[in-house]
Amino acid sequence: MVYTPEQQPVDTAFPDPMLPRLYRVEQVRREIRATCTLALVPDNGTTAFSFAPGQFTMLYVFGIGEIPISISGDPAQPHLLVHTVRAVGPVSQALQQLKRGDVIGVRGPFGSSWPIEDAKGSDVILVAGGLGLAPLRPALYALLSQREQYGRLCLLYGARTPQDVLYARELARWRGRFDLDVYVTVDSASTAWRGQVGVVTALLAKIPFDPANTVALVCGPEVMMRFTTRELQERGLSAVHIFVSMERNMKCALGFCGHCQFGPTFVCKDGPVLRYDRIQSWFGKREI
Amino acid sequence: MQTLEPILAAHPFFQNLDPRHLHLIVSCASNVRFEAGQFIFREGEAANHFYLLRHGTVQLEIFVPERGPLVIQTLGEGDVLGWSWLFPPYRWHFDARAATLVRAIALDGQCLRTKCEEDHDLGYQLVKRFAHVIMQRLQATRLQLLDVYGVHS
Repeated sequence: MVYTPEQQPVDTAFPDPMLPRLYRVEQVRREIRATCTLALVPDNGTTAFSFAPGQFTMLYVFGIGEIPISISGDPAQPHLLVHTVRAVGPVSQALQQLKRGDVIGVRGPFGSSWPIEDAKGSDVILVAGGLGLAPLRPALYALLSQREQYGRLCLLYGARTPQDVLYARELARWRGRFDLDVYVTVDSASTAWRGQVGVVTALLAKIPFDPANTVALVCGPEVMMRFTTRELQERGLSAVHIFVSMERNMKCALGFCGHCQFGPTFVCKDGPVLRYDRIQSWFGKREI
Repeated sequence: MQTLEPILAAHPFFQNLDPRHLHLIVSCASNVRFEAGQFIFREGEAANHFYLLRHGTVQLEIFVPERGPLVIQTLGEGDVLGWSWLFPPYRWHFDARAATLVRAIALDGQCLRTKCEEDHDLGYQLVKRFAHVIMQRLQATRLQLLDVYGVHS
């Protein structure tokens, strides 16, 4: 039987997690420098899987290797598996070279997810830095799909320069919504840039929030997350209401190999999304 | 006659300041307005004021030969602009330009310095508040210097 992508069955059971499934590149979108977004669909005979916002997969370029990449697509559309990838190593560079129709291996989805259900009834602040917007995008899709379930929604996004602002068109669309506050800042810019210049943590001062009824989701480089969590706590937010997405060198993605150990946690299995109070004492320790 | 005292008291920079000190400060304050694109001050000029921003955004800029003017920070409502009035030689280190229509309260630096010399409690309060602003900007500058979003291998 031939399915259209939307008709294809979605696998909710967990097959052999060590076995890559075949996915075909449906679309390659060039984003900011050295970064692209790949839209993948199950290749013939492969079953799609559902995922939760914040989870990641292992992408396998045959003959080169496998790396963990956060899913950055809409969880309501599991047939279209979307990842945004920056070229930093051999595998991510190979992923940049893919063309429509190429086939790669996908394992997953793995790891914990953003607390979309638990945040119902609260205000939600998403703080993203650089490529950290990619793992937060599925969370924003999920929050917006049930917008009435949440209080104030606010996205704070920091990038290096105006040319490094990821998903610029989508940010512009989100900015046009009346039920979502979007603030974008860059670290440096020419005078042609009409937006904000400064660090992302400075944006927190611009939004009034009730710390007792707010959940913060934070994703970006670890240093940026350290400054952000500190600022959030100074503004009264409890560590149990702060969630961060951690990044470590992952291999098995199942907590077997220990490559991604972070203190008492394995980022692949216990994370990547971790409640801040569980890792607070390990955060910023140079020996970890 | 309505004075600027309630406006000063409502600005975050003067939050919880002793009313006695506010009363001293208000005689150094004036309402100002800058059109979009207008320079509020320029690098090297005498730093005679600082500004409590009430509306609009200000770009702090530095001119780099062969690169042109670069924006190093954007300030907005609730922020304080300028601390060079407090430290000799009282010269601005950057350019400040209104990115939009800006409404602010300007505080006369010389007037304030005189009052701070006369009343060291007031001086301590002002220096403490400016130290906090400077500390925040120093932290932000460090974060910017780290270039955390760059690709580092």
